Amino acid sequence: MSVDRATVHRIAKLARIAITEEEAAKLEGELSGILDWVAQLDEVDTADVPPMTRVEDVTIRMREDKVTDGDIADDIVANAPEADDHYFVVPKIVE
Amino acid sequence: MQDTLEKNELLIEGETGPWEMIIGMEVHAQVTSNAKLFSGASTAFGGDPNSHVSLVDAAMPGMLPVINEECVAQAIRTGLGLKAEINLYSIFDRKNYFYPDLPQGYQISQYKQPIVGEGEVIVDLLDGSRVVVGIERLHLEQDAGKSLHDQHPKKSFVDLNRSGVALMEIVSKPDLRSSEQAKAYVSKLRTILRYLGTCDGNMEEGSLRADVNVSVRRPGDPLGTRCEIKNVNSIRFIGQAIEYEARRQIEILEEGGEIHQETRLFDAKTGETRSMRSKEEAHDYRYFPDPDLLPLELTQGWVDSLAADLCELPDEKRERFIAEFGLSPYDASVLVAEKERADYFEAVAEGRDGKLAVNWVNNELFGRLNKESLGIAESPVSADQLGKLIDLIKDGTISGKIAKDVFDIVWSEGGEPADIVEARGLRQVTDTGAIEAAVDEVIAANPDKVEQAKAKPQMIGWFVGQVMKASGGKANPQAVNALLKSKLGVE
Repeated sequence: MSVDRATVHRIAKLARIAITEEEAAKLEGELSGILDWVAQLDEVDTADVPPMTRVEDVTIRMREDKVTDGDIADDIVANAPEADDHYFVVPKIVE
Repeated sequence: MQDTLEKNELLIEGETGPWEMIIGMEVHAQVTSNAKLFSGASTAFGGDPNSHVSLVDAAMPGMLPVINEECVAQAIRTGLGLKAEINLYSIFDRKNYFYPDLPQGYQISQYKQPIVGEGEVIVDLLDGSRVVVGIERLHLEQDAGKSLHDQHPKKSFVDLNRSGVALMEIVSKPDLRSSEQAKAYVSKLRTILRYLGTCDGNMEEGSLRADVNVSVRRPGDPLGTRCEIKNVNSIRFIGQAIEYEARRQIEILEEGGEIHQETRLFDAKTGETRSMRSKEEAHDYRYFPDPDLLPLELTQGWVDSLAADLCELPDEKRERFIAEFGLSPYDASVLVAEKERADYFEAVAEGRDGKLAVNWVNNELFGRLNKESLGIAESPVSADQLGKLIDLIKDGTISGKIAKDVFDIVWSEGGEPADIVEARGLRQVTDTGAIEAAVDEVIAANPDKVEQAKAKPQMIGWFVGQVMKASGGKANPQAVNALLKSKLGVE
């Protein structure tokens, strides 16, 4: 088992996903299985191999510095559970 | 760089002995651009809620980031201005955390491979000394939205207008040793950014914010545990936050306690810092390369062409002013702190006496502008008018004293200095006949003083004063002095 129970709970907390102890037990096995499977790649010596960042020979595309978007506040908040005067409204966040 | 302090005056005396402050800064500078880092929405300050937001900035499903070339160019220019290495290959990563003003659930940032590497900033201090502050790195990242907490008792309001605006995070090495140095560092960084035109440096609008890392140690000891004070948004507050935080840490350590690494907030009302997040809840950002973005690959040719177009930087301008116009390092530093001031001075000094020009610009003009809270752009006296006024002093048309009166008239009423001098009869009297008459008159009226002067040559000063007064300040002081000496027979 490469993932223990505490790690499962920590990952769930970081992802803001509530899980029960039963689910945690199941995930412990599943996550470990996935990581163990991926860990097979460690058998390959990649010391001198640069990371592969693309499949095709393309470079990053850049945009001109022009304002081409915006002024769609109605659309932006259309799916918000709660909005007021085009603001998203969320439960109070206290620092 | 400063490993340990040589200057004892920077140490803080505690109850149990001296302490040394170690300060490092992370400055977030908003990139000057029209559109955001990865979308075509406007970066303009203000705007109605969520009006400068594209579907990319709101993180709607399926939206993909496309990088703004100008934002990359601005980061390169800034790197060049910081004498830093430009990395031709850099990577965008996702920094994951949850917050309502971060719709993606992650910030696109640069982690292990930033666009700019190590550089330096030369900081001039008030006492004339200089500190070289190392730059660790500069990377590009997205700004988050803004949360308003005062609109509703149980709700927070979120505006994403800033979401996705390009920021440069500029990280210094822990090379600063006092709040004074930290303030001077941010001022200098701001000056450089404004010269380059890569950030407007407007701290009121949040274009420049600093996270300040403070720790204390006994001189010579290894580094202590640091606390990070988040989002301090004025240079004065940076100084206050550091002073408070260093003393807080010293107090804890002297009472036998220990410092816990944490994030703190500065409260401008009380001048104190308070805990924001404890170490137990320290964020685990789970950085990984953003699969939506290819590596940022630059050509050396592009970097070279940006370097070729770079403006003269404050340090270079300062050196040139000293060499070209014979200015003192102090005067030159005052001028170059703001590009507009340096440009104004240069227009005045061009083809004239540099020292006379700097006295008028730094003392008379800046003094008056400060007094009336005006910026250089609002100066009622143009560089051309001030230059012509200086010409009148230089060619002997008016004395320096009368020039101040003319300056006042130009300031409040406008007009050409030469016309003002003619119209008001302020021309300096160099006609020896007229001066001689005035000298004779004063001598004739004060026989007792004449006797005294023969025994006490310093008395001549009194006579000069009287003659100047009689001439309304317009007599040439050298001519008056010479005439008096010969007539009174003193040396």
